[in-house]
Amino acid sequence: MELVQMQKSLQDYTKSLFLEGVLDSQFLQLQQLQDESNPDFVSQVVTLFFQDSDRILNDLSLSLDQQVVDFKKVDPHVHQLKGSSSSIGAQRVKNACVVFRTFCEQQNVEGCHRCLQQVKQEYYLVKNRLETLFKLEQQIVASGGVIPAMELGF
Amino acid sequence: MAEVMRSETLNISNNTSSLASPELLHVLAVDDSIVDRKFIERLLRVSSCKVTVVDSATRALQYLGLDGDNNSGGVEDLKINLIMTDYSMPGMTGYELLKKIKESSAFREIPVVIMSSENILPRIDRCLEEGAEDFLLKPVKLADVKRLRDSLLKAEERVFKNMMHKRELEANDIYSQLKRAKI
Repeated sequence: MELVQMQKSLQDYTKSLFLEGVLDSQFLQLQQLQDESNPDFVSQVVTLFFQDSDRILNDLSLSLDQQVVDFKKVDPHVHQLKGSSSSIGAQRVKNACVVFRTFCEQQNVEGCHRCLQQVKQEYYLVKNRLETLFKLEQQIVASGGVIPAMELGF
Repeated sequence: MAEVMRSETLNISNNTSSLASPELLHVLAVDDSIVDRKFIERLLRVSSCKVTVVDSATRALQYLGLDGDNNSGGVEDLKINLIMTDYSMPGMTGYELLKKIKESSAFREIPVVIMSSENILPRIDRCLEEGAEDFLLKPVKLADVKRLRDSLLKAEERVFKNMMHKRELEANDIYSQLKRAKI
């Protein structure tokens, strides 16, 4: 595939993620912080997010599977995930966490289980999308091109 | 009749600024989230700040040398120009850290900024009342950091200007004495 085509594909793909609400403007902030001196900043932060989230989701599953659910343990985890997803611009994960917390407040176990499924779904979606995005970027760089700056015309 | 002359050495050249180095603010950032630590560190570096990041309020106190039992704590020659801390942290919260810093004679003058993902007015009020310089909603923006840095640099500049003015007055005073002694 031609370099110009690859760059256009990347732009279109990124744009679709914003339009679908998978990513929000915070992701653009991350991209702004990347430059020649720190060319991998975005993928580094996102990788940390994946590692951290995997851990949190695991802890959440364990906590909710207990005979007696300790909401004092569950809520801080959700709060953490809400925070980190917000920091990278993973809007739908963040929103799912907000809903999750209301069910924690109500100490609604069934509701929390449903929320956990929803959070997991959104998380795997954004993970999948971002991994695709990074692959597209790598292909462009490997072909000797530069990653085009995000145009905010939509 | 000879006047007694003060032998003041006007040492204008020594570094009387509290900046870690010319134009470089040294910021201590405290956050328990690994993602946020990476993010704030980059925000600060991009804003030309020297950064030290720790993952808890306890570690922040250790770094400042305030974790000892004696109240006279404080690491010698540690130049911190700003402390930015997350509010909600396990163990000691950012609010409790703020209080400890304001209680210490060595560090109470250092501006402390609280960061939080939750826009809770009583929380904000409580922090400001306790002496927080500012309260930032997460995720923190590059514009927030730039604004903070600019206002701190302006404050440093004012301190420096006041000191220079004072030196000028002292210099004029000595000059007058010299004139009177007809030297």
